[in-house]
Amino acid sequence: MLSRTADNLYWIARYMERAETSARLLEVGARISLLPSASGYRNDWDSLLRASGNASGYMAKYGVAEQHLIESFLFFDRDNPNSVASCITAARESGRIVRTALTTQVWDALNTAFQELRQIEAQPRETQELSRLTDWVMRHAAMVRGAIDATLLRNDGYNFLNIGYYLERADATARLMDVKYYVLLPRADYVGSGLDNDQWSMLLRALSAHRAFHWAYGGEITAAKIAHFLILNPQCPRALITCVAGMHNHLGRLAKLYGRATPAQDAVSALLAGLEAQTPETIFDEGLHEFLSRFIREAAGLGAIIHDSYLSGDML
Amino acid sequence: MTTYFNEMYDGDTVRGPYARLGDWTASMPADKRLAKQAEAEALFRRIGITFAVYGEGGDPDRLIPFDMFPRVFTNSEWAKLERGIKQRARALNAFLVDVYGRGEIVRAGRIPANLVYQNEAYERAVSGFVPPKGVYSHIVGVDIVRTGPTDFYVLEDNCRTPSGVSYMLESREMMMRMFPALFRENRIAPIDHYPEVLRRTLASVAPAKCDRDPTVVILTPGHFNSAYYEHSFLADLMGVELVEGADLFVEGEFVYMRTTEGPKRVDVIYRRIDDAFIDPLCFRPDSMLGVPGLMDVYRSGGVSICSAPGAGVADDKAVYTYVPEMVRFYLGEEPILNNVPTWKCANADDLGHVLSNLGELVVKEVHGSGGYGMLVGPKSTKAQIEEFRALILADPGNYIAQPTLALSTTPTFVEEGIAPRHVDLRPYCLVGERIELVPGGLTRVALREGSLVVNSSQGGGVKDTWVLAE
Repeated sequence: MLSRTADNLYWIARYMERAETSARLLEVGARISLLPSASGYRNDWDSLLRASGNASGYMAKYGVAEQHLIESFLFFDRDNPNSVASCITAARESGRIVRTALTTQVWDALNTAFQELRQIEAQPRETQELSRLTDWVMRHAAMVRGAIDATLLRNDGYNFLNIGYYLERADATARLMDVKYYVLLPRADYVGSGLDNDQWSMLLRALSAHRAFHWAYGGEITAAKIAHFLILNPQCPRALITCVAGMHNHLGRLAKLYGRATPAQDAVSALLAGLEAQTPETIFDEGLHEFLSRFIREAAGLGAIIHDSYLSGDML
Repeated sequence: MTTYFNEMYDGDTVRGPYARLGDWTASMPADKRLAKQAEAEALFRRIGITFAVYGEGGDPDRLIPFDMFPRVFTNSEWAKLERGIKQRARALNAFLVDVYGRGEIVRAGRIPANLVYQNEAYERAVSGFVPPKGVYSHIVGVDIVRTGPTDFYVLEDNCRTPSGVSYMLESREMMMRMFPALFRENRIAPIDHYPEVLRRTLASVAPAKCDRDPTVVILTPGHFNSAYYEHSFLADLMGVELVEGADLFVEGEFVYMRTTEGPKRVDVIYRRIDDAFIDPLCFRPDSMLGVPGLMDVYRSGGVSICSAPGAGVADDKAVYTYVPEMVRFYLGEEPILNNVPTWKCANADDLGHVLSNLGELVVKEVHGSGGYGMLVGPKSTKAQIEEFRALILADPGNYIAQPTLALSTTPTFVEEGIAPRHVDLRPYCLVGERIELVPGGLTRVALREGSLVVNSSQGGGVKDTWVLAE
């Protein structure tokens, strides 16, 4: 497969996953704004902007954190490369470039999302309910994902798509957790308080894992349980370990298919082994924020190695 | 008042090939027709078969208008066209091999030397080189118009990279999907093997140094190109990689593409970029599209390029007037298809005739394409004609003129119902080890009432083209 083709497939997955992340953030933000909160909703929106990874871009453009501006920024704004509109457009454009590596169904799912997005953009903003917009994103992300799983050959292209999905998802989960920990719990006396639980529960909702968490653990929400669920529990589809194991699997398949291993396989094995050796206690000993920052850095490093090993086309 | 040949109606009588379409149109009241039209448009948009018009801005995903009313040829009409097109494709290729070799046709005084060797499209870089199987132009798009029951004229030849074949294939798919009954009632020759024939044609001209099943790729300028859909469509149907210049590199005697498994050798490149952009070392140093060193590999037989660099000298509009001579000179046959009578403004006599008859003639730039830079005398205002007169006088060699042809019409769905609209035809002749032609082509239709310009960039649409089986 052409390296450029692999690169585009990888980015289709990353952009679709990123669109979904932005939609989740919007949904959580809308929910937070309905809650009575001691600090007001401003800080919460602020934290969502940070989780979206482009708070500086927003502040440079708008200056103040206001709900309707943030909604517009996260959904419609083409100046924000992580907005739903930017991500879906970029995913579809990558799909158009590698049309030959996709089935009709996958292309159809990508293109339909894009065509509907253009219709949504053409309607007046005030008539559009946020919950319907976020549902719409989730639905189309699921349709693309479903078309990939149901119709695509299990070849190297499928591996690159999955690697993109898992890497983006690992990054999003880590960032969301980091924002919750770092921004929403600045003062020690909040830990273990009712507000703390509200915030953590909001985090679970953001990852569509609220009910799943209760099924898996039951009882009180505690920081240790949540850390375990979102970092170390392979049952949770968005847990860091699930994402890293997924990349490990697909990179392993590539090594087998091509009959040669690259530094990417070593890097993902090391990352996985590191996670498997952790417990909630060791994570909290290291400090959750420190642990997450390190993970985000290591995942980005893995992304760079994958790029050099397969996507850049420069290896000989 | 010019009368135009209507391909469906002879007065009130329906001509043979269209016999079964009368009931079909009767079964389609306006509401059903509009629903079908909307369905077709939605399908085209969903599969992404769109084109962009250079320099216009606006919607980058514009749809080419699709007219559901098919255009029909009988088997015997097609048989004659096919013979004529293949004959022309043979002569054009013989001409190309000749003018990059000994230039016998020039020595024999059958075509002026300056027209060939001073031609912008003449590539010195390949002089003396004979491509595999002696083929320069592997896909010859011959634009044909009809003016009467048996009167067909070649309007121009496209020897470089004629586009539009994806519309031919997709229009057929669309019709079969929307009107399956029509295909049961009419015996319509299939065209869906075109990509396979194209792949076979390309593989048959693999270079001398290729000692294995050749690896074929399509080279595209990229996804911003207006014909990108077609490039990816053909790559997909042929099962070959669609590459950009940056995906290829030269190492030693061969060309390789960058893959996730490392470099992979490429044997045949079906390029959809112009000569000037193939190799920055050989042609334009500022080109970002090409592959440095590609021409050296090509000339030493390490890779084949289709169409071969330099093929453009055969489809120049001034050279066009000599194609009947080429048929006689190389094949010893009389041309089966006629040229449109053409005046070359470079000749003083012709120029005088053109300037005194501008109101009746069509004037074109020698190197123009896409319906740009032309004057349709009878449809133009006095001011437009005078403007063109000045252009011609400033650079006579750059213009040719032809009589305004009474282009045939076929019934076409328009807002008010069904009305005759002018059409042309572009079949795609494939030249490799063998010369092959699928039965059909791209019919372009001028959707504006009275318009004779069928180019998609000028408001033209496309139709499915049927050749009825015996």
